[in-house]
Amino acid sequence: MNIIYQIGKYFILLSKVFAKPEKQSVYYKQIVKEIHSLGLNSIGIVIIISAFMGAVITLQTAYNMENPLLPLYLIGLGCRDSMILEFSSTMIALILAGKVGSSIASELGTMRVTEQIDALEIMGVNSASYLILPKIIAAVFFNPILTTISIIVGVFGGWVAVLATGVVSSEYFIIGIQYAFIPFYITYAMVKTVFFAFIITSVSSFHGYFVKGGSIEVGKASTKAVVYSSIVILLFNVILTQLLLS
Amino acid sequence: MIEAINISKSLGNLKVLDNISVKFDPGKTNLIIGQSGSGKTVFLKCLIGLFDPDEGSVMYDDVVFNKLPFKAKKKIRQKVGMMFQGGALFDSATVIENIMYPLDMFTQLSFQEKKERARFCLDRVDIKDAGHLFSAEISGGMQKRVALARAIALNPDYLFCDEPNSGLDPKTAILIDALIKEITEEFNMTTVVNTHDMNSVMEIGEKVVFIYQGRKLWEGSNKDILDSSNEELNQFVFANNLAKQLKKMNSDI
Ligand SMILES: Nc1ncnc2c1ncn2[C@@H]1O[C@H](COP(=O)(O)OP(=O)(O)OP(=O)(O)O)[C@@H](O)[C@H]1O
Ligand SMILES: [Mg+2]
Repeated sequence: MNIIYQIGKYFILLSKVFAKPEKQSVYYKQIVKEIHSLGLNSIGIVIIISAFMGAVITLQTAYNMENPLLPLYLIGLGCRDSMILEFSSTMIALILAGKVGSSIASELGTMRVTEQIDALEIMGVNSASYLILPKIIAAVFFNPILTTISIIVGVFGGWVAVLATGVVSSEYFIIGIQYAFIPFYITYAMVKTVFFAFIITSVSSFHGYFVKGGSIEVGKASTKAVVYSSIVILLFNVILTQLLLS
Repeated sequence: MIEAINISKSLGNLKVLDNISVKFDPGKTNLIIGQSGSGKTVFLKCLIGLFDPDEGSVMYDDVVFNKLPFKAKKKIRQKVGMMFQGGALFDSATVIENIMYPLDMFTQLSFQEKKERARFCLDRVDIKDAGHLFSAEISGGMQKRVALARAIALNPDYLFCDEPNSGLDPKTAILIDALIKEITEEFNMTTVVNTHDMNSVMEIGEKVVFIYQGRKLWEGSNKDILDSSNEELNQFVFANNLAKQLKKMNSDI
């Protein structure tokens, strides 16, 4: 019962979030601010994780290809496709759910318990829209850029691993990452990214916005934000994959 | 004019407000007094619509505020200034940005004009020099002043203050009280202040409403309060020994 109640509450919140903004110029400012705090600030972690992941995927593919009949370009191809299909969209989304989700929930939760949200409401501001919409827009537009960066850096990381270990020659790797490229995979990755960006920001905002109590509840809300956005991301990963790739 | 008619409100299993009716004097400083936990904050939140009363009406002039749709409420709220018990300053913004915020949101003023207005409000609460600081960097008393400055930024018709001087030293508390009263008169606002500070009552209480366990037990002016025969009110007013003895001396004469 409770879960249905929560889902209903989530959608009511969303309807408030997507109400017509009071004053657009103020929203633009907020969006720029959120792109900075949610997007630009995540580039570092995305680069680090993607580089290492690309390297590991490449090495694992290489060491698991014991059959000499398998063509060596499969290593580059494997690295490229794993990055595009799963890693740069889903894994990065899960990591961002941890980083961005908890910060959104604790920011909104703190604003709730210190009555800053009430203060907005009293002024006649639609607090849900003012606080949450810029976050959603910022993430939905910026996360595809993060995914793109992740794909490029991941493949590059794989190539560096190839150079460093010599598991395969650099030429074969480069042939591999160009071989049988399916452009639709990029579309698939981007569609997932946009969905996940929406999930991370809206689910985390939901948990932060409705905090009751004090700092302990804010902490709990930020944990919940991470757990629930991750679960919803995994669920939608399955649904979207079935819809797009079947 | 603001009027509360038969307001009742329960939170959980507790009946926090029980059938309260008050007509607030326009253009004056109205005080709501009562012990901690008596329901003052909940009552104030009902008046401004942060809580929906279970029963009763909140009237702003001739409209029933608590029955209005969200959009119409917003219109009225833009004429309302509120100073929260904890300040509720936006901590991601500086003091001056806090005060400019309502101007950003609801006026078409140029940046320069907004800044000027914000400076004027800051000056009005006597902290001109703190504009560039963040709310975490200023003292509790200053936070209250900034909250007051933000509340009056849009020149509201109604000003609500929840315990404007709790946690302040007596001198600063008196200053804030005086400020509220001055501003109320200067801009002809209708002001409602929650307090449990007897000093404020005596200084600025042109109209005083006493709430006890969610019920209104008494109302009158600060001049009448000492002569009241209401048992609970007397216990509240003469809570400390000094006051008790003064009362006794008073009745002996
Ligand atoms: N959100 C809430 N949920 C449940 N109960 C609440 C809530 N807010 C207040 N109460 C209860 O309502 C009663 C009145 O609280 P209120 O905050 O109005 O007191 P107050 O008169 O403002 O006290 P103080 O002077 O300490 O601020 C208290 O018993 C409190 O426990
Ligand atoms: Mg209170």
